[in-house]
Amino acid sequence: MSDIRIRARIKDGETEVKCLMNHPMETGLRKDSKTDELVPAHFIQEVVCKLKDEVVMTANWSGGVSRNPYLAFKFTGGEVGDPVEITWTDNLGQTETATDQIS
Amino acid sequence: MIDAKRRILLKGSIAAGSVGVAVGAGILSPSLVLANWNEAAFSAKSLPDALSSLMGSDATETNDAIKIKAPDIAENGAVVPVTVEMDLDGVKSIAIVASENQTPLIASFDLGESAMPFVSTRIKMARTSDVVAVVQTGDGLFSNAKEVKVTIGGCGG
Repeated sequence: MSDIRIRARIKDGETEVKCLMNHPMETGLRKDSKTDELVPAHFIQEVVCKLKDEVVMTANWSGGVSRNPYLAFKFTGGEVGDPVEITWTDNLGQTETATDQIS
Repeated sequence: MIDAKRRILLKGSIAAGSVGVAVGAGILSPSLVLANWNEAAFSAKSLPDALSSLMGSDATETNDAIKIKAPDIAENGAVVPVTVEMDLDGVKSIAIVASENQTPLIASFDLGESAMPFVSTRIKMARTSDVVAVVQTGDGLFSNAKEVKVTIGGCGG
């Protein structure tokens, strides 16, 4: 079970992809309320979105994106059944990938 | 002959050693594993600095074709939904900025040829400020802004 939920829907030739990722998105600037120590930075830096192995969009993020990030984008040229792949990589080098077929 | 090989080996180990030192000294942070992630832009403390690093210039022209959808008042600054959409051709990238955040640049989206000029996400805002969208096209940089009033700041400060 992947940590990314994707939904890709096509309408009038435009595919809209919506996705939700599970991630703490710590900026590294926040203090833990109990220990008063800075919580180390841990956030997604790059999200790569592919349609059939071709990169449609690359997002670069700071820790300013909210926890458990939501992302939506649109593209043309997709068809029902085409695979859409989302991959994120965070500042600790962790990575996660998920795919959905356009419906 | 043996001596020459020793030389090469030594050179190699010196080079490897200096990279290690650079990492240790924090010159190269481990986050640079991603070559395309613009450390200077994302750690910049002001919008012009961030734009100069990210797009090579901070000269933007206000353009009302860029539509920013965000709430007028955000109760919780930790989760502010923002959608940026525009009627412009040849959009290469879209950046989202919260001008009063400690590091204003939040996200930058590089669009491929088939991508439409539309992105939607949720951002953190430290306090009431403008949400700025900066769009790079073949004709230069364009921007638009929308003020969002923040009731409770969302950077955990």
